[in-house]
Amino acid sequence: MLLKTRIDEHTAKGNGNSGTEEYSGKDFSSDQDVRWCPGCGDYTILKQVQNAMPEIGVDKKDIVFISGIGCAARFPYYMDTFGMHSIHGRAPAIATGLKTTRPELSVWIITGDGDSLSIGANHFVQLLRRNVNVNLLLFNNQIYGLTKGQYSPTAPEGSVSKSTPYGSIDHPFNPLSLSLGADGTFIARAMDRDPRHLQKMLQRTHAHQGASMLEIYQNCIVFNDGAFELFTDKKSRPREAIYLEQDEPLIFGKENDRGIWLDGLTPRIVNLEEDGVSKDDLWIHDEQDKTKAYLLSRFFDQPRAGNDHMPRPFGVLYAEERPTYDDGVNAQMDEVIERKGEGNLDELLRGPETWRVD
Amino acid sequence: MDAKDIVREKVTIRFAGDSGDGMQLTGSLFTNTTALEGNDLRTLPEFPAEIRAPAGTVPGVSSFQLNFGSTEIMTPGDNCDVLVAMNAAALKANLGMLKKDGVIIANTSGFDKKNLNLAKYGEENNPLEDGTLSDHQVIEVDITKLTKESLKDSDLGYKEIERSKNMFVLGLLYWMYNRPLDSTIEFLEKKFKNKPDIAEGNIKVLKEGFNYGETTEVFTDKYTVRKAPIAKGEYRSVTGNKATVLGLVSAARQSNLPLFFGSYPITPASDILHELSQLKNFGVMTFQAEDEIAAVSSAIGAAFGGSLGITSSSGPGIALKGEAIGLATMLELPLVILNVQRAGPSTGMPTKNEQADLMQALYGRNGESPIAVIAPGTPSDCFDAAFEACRIALEHMVPVILLSDGYLANGTEPWRFPQQEDLKKITVNFEPVRTGEETDKFLPYKRDERYVRSWAIPGTAGIEHRVGGLEKQDLTGDVSYDPENHQKMTKLRQAKVDAIAEFIPEQKVDSGKETGDALVIGWGSTYGSIRTAVRELIEEGMDISHAHLKYLNPFPKNLGELMEGFEHVLVPEVNNGQLVKLLRDKYFIPAKGINKITGRPFFVDELKQNIHDALSSTNS
Repeated sequence: MLLKTRIDEHTAKGNGNSGTEEYSGKDFSSDQDVRWCPGCGDYTILKQVQNAMPEIGVDKKDIVFISGIGCAARFPYYMDTFGMHSIHGRAPAIATGLKTTRPELSVWIITGDGDSLSIGANHFVQLLRRNVNVNLLLFNNQIYGLTKGQYSPTAPEGSVSKSTPYGSIDHPFNPLSLSLGADGTFIARAMDRDPRHLQKMLQRTHAHQGASMLEIYQNCIVFNDGAFELFTDKKSRPREAIYLEQDEPLIFGKENDRGIWLDGLTPRIVNLEEDGVSKDDLWIHDEQDKTKAYLLSRFFDQPRAGNDHMPRPFGVLYAEERPTYDDGVNAQMDEVIERKGEGNLDELLRGPETWRVD
Repeated sequence: MDAKDIVREKVTIRFAGDSGDGMQLTGSLFTNTTALEGNDLRTLPEFPAEIRAPAGTVPGVSSFQLNFGSTEIMTPGDNCDVLVAMNAAALKANLGMLKKDGVIIANTSGFDKKNLNLAKYGEENNPLEDGTLSDHQVIEVDITKLTKESLKDSDLGYKEIERSKNMFVLGLLYWMYNRPLDSTIEFLEKKFKNKPDIAEGNIKVLKEGFNYGETTEVFTDKYTVRKAPIAKGEYRSVTGNKATVLGLVSAARQSNLPLFFGSYPITPASDILHELSQLKNFGVMTFQAEDEIAAVSSAIGAAFGGSLGITSSSGPGIALKGEAIGLATMLELPLVILNVQRAGPSTGMPTKNEQADLMQALYGRNGESPIAVIAPGTPSDCFDAAFEACRIALEHMVPVILLSDGYLANGTEPWRFPQQEDLKKITVNFEPVRTGEETDKFLPYKRDERYVRSWAIPGTAGIEHRVGGLEKQDLTGDVSYDPENHQKMTKLRQAKVDAIAEFIPEQKVDSGKETGDALVIGWGSTYGSIRTAVRELIEEGMDISHAHLKYLNPFPKNLGELMEGFEHVLVPEVNNGQLVKLLRDKYFIPAKGINKITGRPFFVDELKQNIHDALSSTNS
């Protein structure tokens, strides 16, 4: 912003680089004991995020993690950056206020399926449509862990949980379709059990200018163990998961022998050897194609044995460059300052009309 | 025969018409002229609750009340002396607000069959003819017809001619009250600079209205209201919401901080958002959030980053913000929450007046969640209160609720506005950078002698730390479930708010003696009515005083002692008794409430009566 305030004076003094480039992931680990259940998927995610930090090239003092409520929301306590563990569902709104006033900061939102798709669903979609330049990591474990095992808004129909002993009736959210519907500009999916891919996705999430939504399948070992096992298990993964790479054909299968062929707007699974289809005929992934991204987000069949259902896509489904909210707000303020000049308080206090009493 | 010229000390005029009749403008122009003539004054507009209620119906009536005089004027007036009724609906909606022997200026065209039906009088029951107005003096003028007559040779279209009729009324009232036309003419010339025919037409009608009073013998009396003894200086007119905005922007300037305002539209607070959104070149960032919760949460995010974070709403929205305000209490960040109160509960009566959110401000959150509360007493006092709310929030690292209300928000009064050089400086010190050479560890919840922690903003090397809504370990700010620590932290958060009492002025008596028989204590927008009532009672020989609280949490430290100097403490409130409970609770005194919950402010006369009644029942 053109107008300089106490914050600018202060951070100018604070601009001694704390030397992040020499840091390793360990330097981002705080002095707090990590208190997730043993075996929780959150541990891997924490490690990968800590490892990602030295890579993104942002000084430690300029990184802020904001979370809502839930198991995942403890995350900021374990990061040696600035952090706020806020209230249920509201992290996107808090992050919007912070990022808009301090656009130079790298702001990360840590949230879960209950936090962002139930109580905070409104803030989640508003953040995406406004395109605030923050990174949102949605830890999806299809269960309420912190409150000890109620079904969540991503739990499949029929889920048996503490609050649904006869199976849930609710139709679940498809988080990626929802994000596309909210005009999100970066929509990706990763899983806790594939750290290398997760690391790559975290880098992409940071690199994107705009609201970056990374859904991470996270195993809750206590209340919903194995919810994503078919995607994460090395044996079933080749059959059930498909990794998206820009400009590459959609191929999956143990022997890389299966592909997705687009028949008009209908995706079909083909066997590369048997169906006489070559790699060149397959659907070539294009992150910037919103229609295709939507079709990919609809690859949402319940994983099960058998060959008649679509694999679940992982990677960047959609990425689009669109002006960010925080840039827009700050640019508009500068524009007004340029046009009108910095406001004169005495003139403002006088107002347009005065009179004298003598 | 010339009209008699009668001198009046105070006059209350109520302009009422259909929403499209321009009554707000008419009232404002009369007000401006009146201010220039040196009278003291107060105004209050009343808008229909519906946005576009059908023309001619009672819900479509818009009114504007002006109280002016040659003495101190502290309220927009009780019932009015003069009611301008542009149509039958306007009469119906406002007749109850007219004094018994008051004057009705009725536009007879607005009482035709169609209008009588729309106002649900029925076409056979014209109140101007059936004797129902016999208690009042009715002056019938066919304003519509006279306006059309006046502009018959102009090129203006039917609609524009029709719209000029408010100028006829204005001219007529200027004649009645011996006011000059120049400032209004100047205004019209400026407003319609690019439409000279409209300016000319309006000015012509204005003059015709004036001349109509002069030449016809309909009016037997005209009135003079002399200059009021007003403090010398330069004045402007200001509404409570506008003054609030100016107070916030001034506080941002005096603390050299960017102002972030997160808000969600709600009556009667929205004007604050509208006004602030125009002030980007003052470093004011406004964010129209998706809901009340996001509005307050965004302000907390901004405050975490070092901005002056502010959110606004009215009662229902404040209820939604409760959890987040609790978070700010726990984070010990500065946050200003504006509550422009309206009549509740639930949706209540959004356009009506009530001061029933005091308990909500103090206690409307889960857990022990003390915050500071402050309330302005007049529209211009909103400036000081808003400034003070920001000062306390920033200097004491605490959320502060400002309790304004619809009566203050929309009411106007003359304001001897300050210069920037008159304003206090607000002290803000961000926690400094750490180089790593320090021997001690940075402790985010370490406090100074006022129990205030430091403001440690992102972007400062070496003080990376985490805050959150979970209970904090004293000093370190780490998560803690330690029982002793929770008690200590609860007490510390309370002590921090209590300590603010050392940094606010002591409570003064506004009118009357420092000790005596009866003390009337009020807070918020009842200031004008109580002050006027108490001063009149003192004139009438009663031993009575008035003190008005601006600081509601903490109370000024001498309040208990002040109250001890009186036999009786009376607490008038536009609610069912809230401050009175707080006073009884904290000071063990038999304070007595005087309560009105009609959606309207106290009238001076009823308040005087209530005070008499309360004291006589106490004494008996």
